[in-house]
Amino acid sequence: MGWFNTFINSSLGKKFIMALTGSFLIIFLIIHLIGNITLYFGPDAFNGYVKTLDVIKPLIRIIELVLLSAFIFHIFNGVRLWLENKQARPVTYKVNGSPENTTLFSRTMFVSGSVIFIFLVLHLGTFFWRFNVHDPQQLADSHQYYDIVVGFFQIWWYVLLYVIAMILLGFHLNHGFQSAFQTFGWNHKKYTPLIKKIGTAYAIIMAVGFASMPIYFFFFYGGNQ
Amino acid sequence: MEAKKLNLKLKIWRQKNSNSVGSFVDYDVQVSPDASFLEMLDELNNRLEANNEEPIVFESDCREGICGTCGLVINGHPHGPLPKIATCQLHMRNFKDGETIWVEPFRAKAFPVIKDLMVDRSGFDKILQAGGYISVNTGGAPDANSIPVPKDAASEAFDAAACIGCGACVAACKNASAMLFVSAKISHLGLLPQGQPERYIRVQRMIKVMDELGFGSCTNTYACEAECPKGISVTNIARMNRDYVRAKFTSKIAEV
Repeated sequence: MGWFNTFINSSLGKKFIMALTGSFLIIFLIIHLIGNITLYFGPDAFNGYVKTLDVIKPLIRIIELVLLSAFIFHIFNGVRLWLENKQARPVTYKVNGSPENTTLFSRTMFVSGSVIFIFLVLHLGTFFWRFNVHDPQQLADSHQYYDIVVGFFQIWWYVLLYVIAMILLGFHLNHGFQSAFQTFGWNHKKYTPLIKKIGTAYAIIMAVGFASMPIYFFFFYGGNQ
Repeated sequence: MEAKKLNLKLKIWRQKNSNSVGSFVDYDVQVSPDASFLEMLDELNNRLEANNEEPIVFESDCREGICGTCGLVINGHPHGPLPKIATCQLHMRNFKDGETIWVEPFRAKAFPVIKDLMVDRSGFDKILQAGGYISVNTGGAPDANSIPVPKDAASEAFDAAACIGCGACVAACKNASAMLFVSAKISHLGLLPQGQPERYIRVQRMIKVMDELGFGSCTNTYACEAECPKGISVTNIARMNRDYVRAKFTSKIAEV
């Protein structure tokens, strides 16, 4: 396996890991958003959705494990690349031309990723922890999932952080989506412009989709009845 | 009638040698708008020498945009703000009277400053020595066109071969990555029949040396393509990625 170590520790291999784990997370977000949309259909729909996930719990746990490793590799590798890339230019430019020759999204992957990471920790602490670890039996009996989510979406600072993180998630995905294709070596003048458009559309749908929920429940939600 | 001269304030990076700490020094110059950027520096150096001051060290050779020697970062852009030209092809008419111009060397760990604006780009030579060639038997010259090459492959290989190895891609990249240069070299050989026998060993050897030299990794910002004086495309980087993954996962060649 010497060749594999050489591969994943090479500059190209590290890019490849970012793209591979990123692609998995891109697919995960689609499924996550579709599930969350049940929030708009009331407590029964959302609680029912969470209960359905409970039924297939062993499968969900396996997916969660893959998801966790994807996150860990994506974050660990991203930080490592960022540090190494900083070292590649010890003396920086006085005048930086990058605003004119690159997109904001591509330049700010580390910043947007870091904010998403902070959000992720908080997000797991609030929802994942409460749904899974914090007395799950009581939750399962009383179908309180919906109330927990809506409860958090009444806290102004939580909603604010949530929305900011989702905007930056959109930034991150807009670059990450097309970047993954490039890293896999799929760049062709026939379909690359389309990939970039799909990536932007995907990023907007994810950012708007996820951010709409806290905004709706904070400003427009009038209670269960 | 001669065009009105431009008054410019230059802020030029001066650094005694690779071990010393550099800084910007201000120079006020009067220059014809018809002068090239390097001619302006020549005039300034004449003045400095006349005053018994140390002239500014910068590199140039062909002064017609094909040798890739004259790399300077001007106002944050390698080879200046105009697309697809080398520093020697930049003329002062592109600047406004009274403008301040910042002139810096290419900045990368793998391109240490030798003096002032001159950097050591021998890292590129080391990458080429690692695999940027094809092995051929000696003997009589082969007949021209004896090996058929499809037109599209020939064109694409030629586009990649237009790379002059100036290092602007490294200078422009926020990670000081050399991947546009390396991928151009890998592509112009890998697209042609003559480059096939060593295709998958070449990519491994060149990337190994590239990594060892301390160039950064590509994060697909495409600043390299935007600043490249020859318009080398990032599709070459995609090709290099493909070749490297394929080489590592499927090739039976001994470990590199």
